Amino acid sequence: MATASKRDSPRNVILVGATSGIARPLGRRLVARGWNLVVTGRDPARLAPLADDLRVRGNGTIATLVFDPSDAAAVAGLCGAAAALLGGPIDGVIVCHGTLPDESGAWLDVEQTRGAIDANFTSAAMVLAAAAQALENRPGAFLAAISSVAGDRGRQSNYAYGAAKAGLTAYLSGLRNRLHPRGVVVITVKPGIVRTPMTEGLAAARSPLAADADTVARDIERAILRRQAVLYTPWFWWPVMTVICAIPEAIFKRLKL
Amino acid sequence: MKPVPNGLSGWGRFPRGESVVSTPADRAGVALTIGGAHHGAGLIARGLGRAYGDSAFVAGGMVLQTTRIDRFRGFDPQSGLLDVEAGVSFAEIIALFLPRGWFLPTTPGTKYVTVGGAIAADVHGKNHHRHGSIGMFVERIDVCVADGTVVSCSRGENSDLFHATLGGMGLTGMIMAACFRLVRVETSRVTVDYHRTADLEETLTVFESGDAGSEHSVAWIDCMASGRAMGRSVVMQGRNTPLGELSPEARRDPFGLPRKRVKSVPFTPPVGLLNSLSVRVFNEVFYAAHGNRRKVVDLDTFFYPLDSIRHWNRLYGPRGFIQYQAFFPRRTSLAGLRELLSTIVASGAASFLAVLKSCGPADDGILTFLEPGHTLALDIPYRQGVIEALCGRLDRILLEHGGRLYLAKDALTDGKTFRAMYPRIDEFLAVKRRYDPDGLFASSQSRRLGITPV
Repeated sequence: MATASKRDSPRNVILVGATSGIARPLGRRLVARGWNLVVTGRDPARLAPLADDLRVRGNGTIATLVFDPSDAAAVAGLCGAAAALLGGPIDGVIVCHGTLPDESGAWLDVEQTRGAIDANFTSAAMVLAAAAQALENRPGAFLAAISSVAGDRGRQSNYAYGAAKAGLTAYLSGLRNRLHPRGVVVITVKPGIVRTPMTEGLAAARSPLAADADTVARDIERAILRRQAVLYTPWFWWPVMTVICAIPEAIFKRLKL
Repeated sequence: MKPVPNGLSGWGRFPRGESVVSTPADRAGVALTIGGAHHGAGLIARGLGRAYGDSAFVAGGMVLQTTRIDRFRGFDPQSGLLDVEAGVSFAEIIALFLPRGWFLPTTPGTKYVTVGGAIAADVHGKNHHRHGSIGMFVERIDVCVADGTVVSCSRGENSDLFHATLGGMGLTGMIMAACFRLVRVETSRVTVDYHRTADLEETLTVFESGDAGSEHSVAWIDCMASGRAMGRSVVMQGRNTPLGELSPEARRDPFGLPRKRVKSVPFTPPVGLLNSLSVRVFNEVFYAAHGNRRKVVDLDTFFYPLDSIRHWNRLYGPRGFIQYQAFFPRRTSLAGLRELLSTIVASGAASFLAVLKSCGPADDGILTFLEPGHTLALDIPYRQGVIEALCGRLDRILLEHGGRLYLAKDALTDGKTFRAMYPRIDEFLAVKRRYDPDGLFASSQSRRLGITPV
């Protein structure tokens, strides 16, 4: 049966931003494999029902950690705290937190711009920095973070978000380069439009290109198992973004994207 | 962001209406949607949209889609008590719990329904004659009522809300979570006895004699057969196969299900493909193919034959279809069914899927649908004018025989008929007023039936 063949040796994984739309189905898939999870989030009231759900679905250990990825001290202690909760060293960290600022109407002001970059880049890079130090001597370990196709090229409709994700993509690329000799894989996840609470109500979420969160989660699960470096999900974003990136700037600047 | 309404319909794709859809992911999000809902416009919860008619949308109002309220909250392997949020589907419960030896206490003919929808429609299945509908197994319901608070109700606590919400079609509030019992099974198979019957009377006799010993029982009925053959059926009576009856090979994976290729109807054909000719051919072949025999089949094949064809409802074409599900109490069922069938045969309205089932104990929902007797469900392709007249005739037959319609299927009946079928509606409305004094929760169906003001 499907469930039996899916089991492999349990791994200890930290899911940062576990209440996010993509992390929810991803967490379910990982516990179905029998993995142990530390789920983190800012709001304990949202974390507890999430952990209960994962406990019913799997038989691994599920621990919760109230965690603010913008708090440097908390970030530095993340892997230690998570290892203590699971009673063993951490094998993987998946960074899923992020926000989508509304750039469709007025310009983002100075504070909003800072907020968009901090939420989508600074805090993610901080978590990755801490995780890389904790995992660098664990060959076979993995780091994954959810970036975005929006980071491949800045467009007028979401360039603050896109710039933050471009930064994250670059950071992941460098980290991969650095950790490769140590046998630690770094996975850059680039989803397109995903139907999640983050995109609820946006016209884009009704686009035929929009994917279900579980489809994206399935692709991420597979990328982790295959130790794939860069994942476009769904797959068609790879050719789409290749074309978009190939458009000369002289033409691109005139487009309404 | 300005909300854009979505065109919605039930599974029958008739009728249609536009509602603004909100898909909150937790309790806070639901309270926010309820707080922001336009009073008078109407608000109704919607799960996977398997109710056939207009009960899960409200034209000009707002729909609370429950599919992201989908967490398991707890499971007690001693008692089988499962605590889940409303948006969890039966399919997901089966995927998770069948391998652990548990199954749903009762299930409708599709597993793509949510727990919330199943309770709101008080769904029944092939074991109703023994155990009644899902309400018999529900111990607690959490309802987010019109003021945004979540009220927990059971037979002992806020029992008025419990009895109104069970089968209440979502009109008391949004079901947030529920506790109900799963039942133990030893394998994922069902041992089925097939009996081919010559007419309606024989069908009812087979039910009468075999049902006591069968956990599950249902008849596929040939709605094209007329005259002496009217009501000829293939009756399927099944029981959960015990482990000891599996072959040694199958015993190694007792909860396994064959992985079936799911076929799909990729688009809606411009005209319905299920017409009287194609249905007649199908019925002849089906009847001829099922002789009297015993067979062991898997749960998916037995309970969910149509789930293997995604979007099968498209086969009825762009105008859609209605499903008419009638209940007759035992004392009138033979006469009532006979009149109903002959009216349908005479009308020439093709019914592809026609299912007859004997019913057992009623549960304690105020608007509960079934009690001891028989229920017949059939599909009728939509044809403007023709179908309204036919359903009006069928409704009259039902009323004359003390029968009623199932609200989860109904798309056409009127308020007067509804009141005659559900005499306890005023008791229901008294509870609704207690928890929803301004009449926030309403569906297109509740307005059509005069349950809520238009």
